[in-house]
Amino acid sequence: MELSVSLYRYNPEQDKFPYMKNYKVKKPEKDIMVLDLLNMLKEDDATISYRRSCREGVCGSDGMNINGKNGLACITPLSEVLKGNKLELRPLPGLPVIRDLIVDMTQFYEQYEKIKPFLQSDSEPPEQERLQSPQDRDKLDGLYECILCACCSTSCPSFWWNPDKFVGPAALLQAYRFLADTRDTKKQERLEELGDPFSVYRCHGIMNCVNVCPKGLNPNKAIGEIKSMLLTGSKEDKIKVVGLE
Amino acid sequence: MNKVINISKKNNIKEFDALIVGGGGSGMRTSLELAKSGLNTAVISKVFPTRSHTVSAQGGITCAIQSADPNDDWRWHMYDTVKGSDYIGDQDAIEYMCSEGPKAVYELEHMGLPFSRFENGRIYQRPFGGQSKDFGKGGQAARTCAAADRTGHALLHTLYQNNVKEGTNFLNEWFAVDLVKNSKNEITGVIAFSIESGEVCYLKAQATVLATGGAGRIYASTTNALINTGDGLGMTLRAGFPAQDMEMWQFHPTGIHGAGSLVTEGCRGEGGYLINADGERFMERYAPNAKDLAGRDVVARSMVMEILEGRGCGPEKDHVYLKLDHLGADVLNSKLPGICELSKTFAHVDPIKEPIPVVPTCHYMMGGTPTNIHGQAFSRNDGNDFMVSGLFSVGEAACVSVHGANRLGGNSLLDLVVFGRAAGKHINEELKSGGGVENASNEDIELAMSRLNKLNESESGYEVADVKKQLQTCMQNYFGVFRRGEFMEKGVKELEEIREKSENLYLKDKSIAFNTNRVEALELQNLLEVAEATAISAMMRDESRGAHARDDFPERDDENWLCHSLYDPVEKKLGKRDVNFVPKEVEAFPPKMRSY
Repeated sequence: MELSVSLYRYNPEQDKFPYMKNYKVKKPEKDIMVLDLLNMLKEDDATISYRRSCREGVCGSDGMNINGKNGLACITPLSEVLKGNKLELRPLPGLPVIRDLIVDMTQFYEQYEKIKPFLQSDSEPPEQERLQSPQDRDKLDGLYECILCACCSTSCPSFWWNPDKFVGPAALLQAYRFLADTRDTKKQERLEELGDPFSVYRCHGIMNCVNVCPKGLNPNKAIGEIKSMLLTGSKEDKIKVVGLE
Repeated sequence: MNKVINISKKNNIKEFDALIVGGGGSGMRTSLELAKSGLNTAVISKVFPTRSHTVSAQGGITCAIQSADPNDDWRWHMYDTVKGSDYIGDQDAIEYMCSEGPKAVYELEHMGLPFSRFENGRIYQRPFGGQSKDFGKGGQAARTCAAADRTGHALLHTLYQNNVKEGTNFLNEWFAVDLVKNSKNEITGVIAFSIESGEVCYLKAQATVLATGGAGRIYASTTNALINTGDGLGMTLRAGFPAQDMEMWQFHPTGIHGAGSLVTEGCRGEGGYLINADGERFMERYAPNAKDLAGRDVVARSMVMEILEGRGCGPEKDHVYLKLDHLGADVLNSKLPGICELSKTFAHVDPIKEPIPVVPTCHYMMGGTPTNIHGQAFSRNDGNDFMVSGLFSVGEAACVSVHGANRLGGNSLLDLVVFGRAAGKHINEELKSGGGVENASNEDIELAMSRLNKLNESESGYEVADVKKQLQTCMQNYFGVFRRGEFMEKGVKELEEIREKSENLYLKDKSIAFNTNRVEALELQNLLEVAEATAISAMMRDESRGAHARDDFPERDDENWLCHSLYDPVEKKLGKRDVNFVPKEVEAFPPKMRSY
């Protein structure tokens, strides 16, 4: 049986416009990952370009649009995504395409940097580690595991519209990761920086982010937590209401 | 990039005080130290830093922080590491790593690394292979600090985040081609190009740090990322500098059968064990005391013995099982969530219900560029070590050597942060006290351009994908877990042919923007350098020690080989270098028979 793979091709030096190119390949006997299939195609046509590194779903390099849904090629088996014998591979939507499946992720990374994705503490670090109870540490589960693959942010219509002003689900998940960390003492400042009409409030709960996250994370829930902290303040820190004033 | 670019033009030079090649754990720990120093520092990485292979480390970072056991002692950790190395780890370096380790780990915690915790709020530690209390006399220790089974991910992201905080200069998706070496044999930077724009530059620096990681992709089956192609080592070998202990490759006992993905030793630390086709816990026979937590070399060989003797699992009897289901869903979900995910994806089994099919898989390069504890690279002249001015190496790319012939689990992450930090501190001091290198001439720069130029001008030749397959098959067949002289000789011969092809690759697609074929061709040439160093070193070391196990020389030979091997890429010959037995604070640990 044959697979029909339709691949988004664009080489800025040769092509005026991007186009879809069809490849016919023999359907592998085993169920392989989309990345394995791409590697097979690249052996025959070395010009095909995509990013890849760990090939096990932890580095976040190979996010792409697979038959209409964003995902990581290396952990998406063909059996899960084939429609009939058809497979369509496109770059992540909404970001400028550099070549083929490779997008320019600058805007995505800028949003990440904007939320100050590092622990900030007013207290001098102790000689040993800062203590944290297992229960407090549990609050970081479902947040710190993000691999910055951009599958979520590039599936979000709000991010498509305002990639420069709406922080986007990936970076907001990380914003909450630091808001939720008992070791971080800059909650007030972090919230103040998110209180404008765009940074958080452009999220309308469309939930595409949750639908596509290859790590099973829930940015929408984190955004909800941020919104409620913005409105009511964090109880323990007696944070005043910011935003929407 | 079709034409030869005259790089000597001024606008194609970017100048830094310190240049770090590689944005993984060791590179970013080095850059973090330097970012605070005020020196003009840049990290060049062929991938966005958080895509580096450190992200795949799972089980943890081993360090005597006295959390699981308040009486733990870094000297015990040092003893375990020396023993694990089969006595060719340098004891001054191991002492430095184990004693400085706690500081380096606490710093990571202060930076925000989300370590798992004990009830008392301290960092969670789990047992790992080769760990003991009281110098091997007090039973199993629990010394590996963990963030669930995603410690590498947590560590790499934390380091990236803190580099963002400190404003480190990143050249992301830039590929380093070759070292620039001046007439005095000093390193003055690298030739590199932007993968996205094709811009070729001479990145000039007073200190060049190779933090390029391992090269597991010389083997067909490996836990390593596709990017682990030994780019730094390829550069040093081409520049004529030696590589140390290149025969020492770790085969991790538990790579997922068929896929190669790593299953952390932490699984066995948490109480999992290996079984053969008869359901027997066979490690009890090979290592009666430590059992499944013996050294990785010991466990890997035992697994291969079981398979060779017909007790392998599955229709082909070519793997064994890692049993975890008896640990229960709660432990697996809280302590090993990543493993549950990986097993379902790549082995189609749920470890809560079924065992995972595993097989020893190439995992880690113990060898590398020889350095001292400050990361300064050594070379050899007339049998004497000398420092290569301007050249540093840290992490898996370096051989400092703390791992000797066999690395202990959890020691690689510690190696990264301890020696990344040390190199950063040293470079800061050296450059601020007036150290540095002389300028390279235009000819020196052109010479470093020649590999890239040759590839760009190629009009015919061999296909990258074909040659890479031949290389990986050769290494897998002749230089695996067990090795034999006659097979290795055959392998070395084959590699000569593969070198011929690798030096005559055809780059059909000459386009500029994100030409991954160009990158893969250059990577393949690096793999070849590493493979050849590995093959010749393995063929020449006629004994068995640590990960280097020879059928034809099954015994350890301390009389002739209680030393590092030093591969000379110019003569393609193997020399010897003394192991350091002079730690500063403690008595040296003398070689003993190694049993677990």
